[in-house]
Amino acid sequence: MSFKKVLTGNHAVSYGATSARVQVISAYPITPQTTIVELLSEIVAEGKLDAIFVNVESEHSAMSACIGASAAGARAFTATSAQGLALMHEMLHWAAGARLPIVMANVNRAMAPPWSIWTEQNDSLSQRDTGWMQFYVESNQEAYDYVIIAYKVAEQVLLPAMLVLDAFVLSHTSEPVEIYDQEKVDEFLPPYEPKFAIEPGKPISYGALSKPDTYMEFRYKMQKAMEKAVDVMEKEMNLFNEMFGRNYGLVEPYMMDDADYVIVTSGAMTSTARAAVHEMREEGKKVGLLKMKTFRPFPFKKVREMLKGRKKVAVLDRNISFGHHGIFYEEIKSAMYPVEPKVPLYGYILGLGGRDVTVKDIKEIYEDLVKREEMEEIIWKGVKL
Amino acid sequence: MIEIRMHGRGGQGTVVASKVLADAAFKDGKYAQSFPQYGVERRGAPVTAFTRIADSEKDLIVRSFIYEPDHVVVLDPTLLATQNILEGLKKGGWVIINTPESPESFDIPKDYRVATVDAASIAIKWRLGSKTQPIVNTAILGAFSKVTGIVSMDALEKAILENAPVKKEENVNAAKEAFESVKIRS
Repeated sequence: MSFKKVLTGNHAVSYGATSARVQVISAYPITPQTTIVELLSEIVAEGKLDAIFVNVESEHSAMSACIGASAAGARAFTATSAQGLALMHEMLHWAAGARLPIVMANVNRAMAPPWSIWTEQNDSLSQRDTGWMQFYVESNQEAYDYVIIAYKVAEQVLLPAMLVLDAFVLSHTSEPVEIYDQEKVDEFLPPYEPKFAIEPGKPISYGALSKPDTYMEFRYKMQKAMEKAVDVMEKEMNLFNEMFGRNYGLVEPYMMDDADYVIVTSGAMTSTARAAVHEMREEGKKVGLLKMKTFRPFPFKKVREMLKGRKKVAVLDRNISFGHHGIFYEEIKSAMYPVEPKVPLYGYILGLGGRDVTVKDIKEIYEDLVKREEMEEIIWKGVKL
Repeated sequence: MIEIRMHGRGGQGTVVASKVLADAAFKDGKYAQSFPQYGVERRGAPVTAFTRIADSEKDLIVRSFIYEPDHVVVLDPTLLATQNILEGLKKGGWVIINTPESPESFDIPKDYRVATVDAASIAIKWRLGSKTQPIVNTAILGAFSKVTGIVSMDALEKAILENAPVKKEENVNAAKEAFESVKIRS
């Protein structure tokens, strides 16, 4: 039977990995991720999950262990944050290049220095080009659900997937989460059956030399897998919605039908923005919200459909590409390039290093957006100068 | 939506209190959220934690800190001297303090309702924490349940049994004793 329980975002991820019946977990502790694998280690120790928990000395080794496990055909899982993810960087390329459907939870934490343990997206967005799929979740329920969805998609397209949740705002926030009946999860997510697995007696090579006459084709196939992942995501989310009563999509619109002005968000700040948009609608303002859930593969078509014909769009970024702009802003701008007439896009940077994002902030951004004339690519919200 | 802010010190169980309160509200059939204002907590340092309680998920729960709480809970009375506990508190809101003193002994404006409970003595009696550092979280939640009526004692008992890692019955008894002994400013 499914049941609801008040859980932190981190524990929702642990339950997600348990429901997904992961077989190998390897991780190294780092705040604010630690409680994900702490609970998983207890679940494994209690015999409630038939998995091997591999303790390692670094995140680089954690990902390496997941690569070995996944190459042997096991469903492998890890979790990390910030510097830990950065230390994994080399092996992230390895996992994607070897086409291994590993799933990882990254708890967004600002990169040091200066030291911070609070939320910001630069850690995960810095891994944009490693070939990992990335899903930004808004609630603890989504954190649980996306572990399951991530495996379902990853194992079809043979690319690893990262679900991303905000430090503290989700990771250490408790709220009710529905944990599904195991049989139903098994029906949605059957055991992983690898096309190729390393096993004694049947030697194959992983990561062998590829000379200039073959390397490019591997890269072509990775890109094709990412492109295919858009359709696979949609298909699987529809099935998931049907089976578990959710309403997930690549992007998620709120009060968008007749919206002249649109606020684009990702991650946990979406909840606050939704409340702000709801209040502004009551005041008669024609404003809508677009939540970016899937970052890689990037949902070009959906973004164009949703933003076409709007008067102005504000893209809110809890991240920055130094010397450029907010990263979601730039991605959305590139998606909107072919759309005529041009939709003016405004980039807002806010909430870095865990600075609180309030309903008032979102309303002020809306007021600012309406007043502006020239398109502004980088507007700092709440920075003390 | 009802918003509650808790002030305590590292080691008193403030963060757990915010979660147990959310869980109790959930067990009463409501929707709830709790979260700490995470610093890099250490024993004895001030800790703030929050709980939001709504009738349903459709009430669009936000994810910012709470700046204008409906009620505040003070697990350590010495914080009254060093922090502005009343900051942003809505008029008519409860201030519930762990202290052996009477509620009349605090110089808190008449705009607010004040209740006190000797949660430390209750916690020591039930051997929760040590004599010098009692864990007062479950006791003060009993007082919260009584004076605000926001969560039932029945739901609170279930939430404590589920969330207390050890001494489950003792924690329930502490909450019940505080429920009975909390004093309200006349």
